[in-house]
Amino acid sequence: MVEVEGLGLRYGGRQVLSGVTLRISAGEIVSLIGPNGAGKSSLIRAVLGLTPYQEGRITTAPGLVIGYMPQRLVIDSVLPLTVQRFLRMAAKVGRGEIRTVLEEVGVPHLRNSQVQEISGGEFQRVLLARALLREPDLLVLDEPAQQVDFQGQIGMFELIERLRQARGCGVLVVSHDLHMVMRATDRVLCLNGHICCSGAPEAVSAHPEYVALFGPRAAESVALYHHHHRHDHDLAGEVLPQNTPSEPPAGA
Amino acid sequence: MLDDFFLRALIGGIGVALLAGPLGCFVVWRRMAYLGDSLAHGALLGVALGLALGIDFTLGIIAVCVALVAMLLLLQRQRRLAGDTLLVILAHGALSLGLVAVSFVHGARLDLMAYLFGDILAVSHADLIWIYAGGVVILIVIAFIWRPLLAITVHEELARAEGARVTLVSIIFMLLIALSVALAMKVVGVLLIASLLVIPAAAARRLAHTPEQMAVLASVAGCLAVAGGLFGSLEWDTPSGPSIVVAALLVFLLSLAVAGPAALLRRYLIQARHKPIEMP
Repeated sequence: MVEVEGLGLRYGGRQVLSGVTLRISAGEIVSLIGPNGAGKSSLIRAVLGLTPYQEGRITTAPGLVIGYMPQRLVIDSVLPLTVQRFLRMAAKVGRGEIRTVLEEVGVPHLRNSQVQEISGGEFQRVLLARALLREPDLLVLDEPAQQVDFQGQIGMFELIERLRQARGCGVLVVSHDLHMVMRATDRVLCLNGHICCSGAPEAVSAHPEYVALFGPRAAESVALYHHHHRHDHDLAGEVLPQNTPSEPPAGA
Repeated sequence: MLDDFFLRALIGGIGVALLAGPLGCFVVWRRMAYLGDSLAHGALLGVALGLALGIDFTLGIIAVCVALVAMLLLLQRQRRLAGDTLLVILAHGALSLGLVAVSFVHGARLDLMAYLFGDILAVSHADLIWIYAGGVVILIVIAFIWRPLLAITVHEELARAEGARVTLVSIIFMLLIALSVALAMKVVGVLLIASLLVIPAAAARRLAHTPEQMAVLASVAGCLAVAGGLFGSLEWDTPSGPSIVVAALLVFLLSLAVAGPAALLRRYLIQARHKPIEMP
């Protein structure tokens, strides 16, 4: 759906990205991780056509619809705005569609609430609903679980996984949280100005560049996570993983 | 009965108030309260221009306001100085240029006070045509760009990603403000124009649940202020422009007093609708 080839991007004389090549296929969840200032946001902004770039090219499938969920969105309380009205900005949709999409992201009760009065986690879901209303082929999510507690993060990533299965859309997700990324993703791209390494979560977490970038603790935390993941599956996916390790991390 | 000039003032004032409602809301939402003020200051240069060239003042004012907006947009691109700094430079520069230029025009007898505080009681038939023709055009354009403008106001980048033409819509909006300032100058004058944009919108805020409600309520509040101010100035022989602003202030205070009970009533109605009737 999206192909990025040799992307180079400078911002104010500083080279933010160079030689970035990536490809997102239909129905695939691709995670973008990297330290602060690695150019994650610049990359997705370039994909969305929000920022000019100097080298390489980005090609998208003709007629591709992208649903974008920005990192932070603060709505001034001087603007009276219900959730329903906020959602109607994305596309010309009726009440029925709004009800359905709020149902889908798990916040049907918020339809008539003022956007400034709902919690951060709820607002993230409303933002996701707005992206979904455009019937996207590709969802671009910039830190979708920021400022959400641990349970909320798990809920958000499970929701993304469910949406991908239900709608068959591709997902490009930027995240800081290594646990979460490794949890529900097909492919990980580790970015630091260029793509350091990419591949399945297991492969990336063992990659020396990944270890150099995030430190050995990060690799451990992924290993630790894997334990949870198995545990999760044993109980038919209903039980959420707890953050109390019952075994020492592998390699400790 | 009411005199002709008073009726004209009322009709003109209400026309401006209807216009100022939706525009004022965007001014408040986009935190551009100083834009109206700055353009109004600059408008005095337009008056001087009109005097010097012997053209209609309204045309001169529109020309200067449009030029100021264009300069502001250009200067904003350099990102070294913030918008409010640029506004002060442009507005006060233009105001002073205007005052200096007026003194150069020989034999010109310009009632400066009329421009600073407005002279709504001197509104002519031609003014009314300007106000209503311009007002209708402005309202049609704003209805046309309402959707993308609102989306941009909420989050520019998200709107851009969803396909809104951010730059075009922003420029059109600024031009609309410039045009309405030029039209509204007669009514409240240079010094008080921003109040007609901002105060009714502020009064509408706590009573509104959606942006559209706020825009309509702001227009209503503006009309109340114009009518109240004009009748008050007739009754107590006070200057009309400032009386309108004082009336707007009263409407704002009233909205604060009403907002609490209104919210309670809304909550009560919602509960009444959802709660099943209990049988003893």
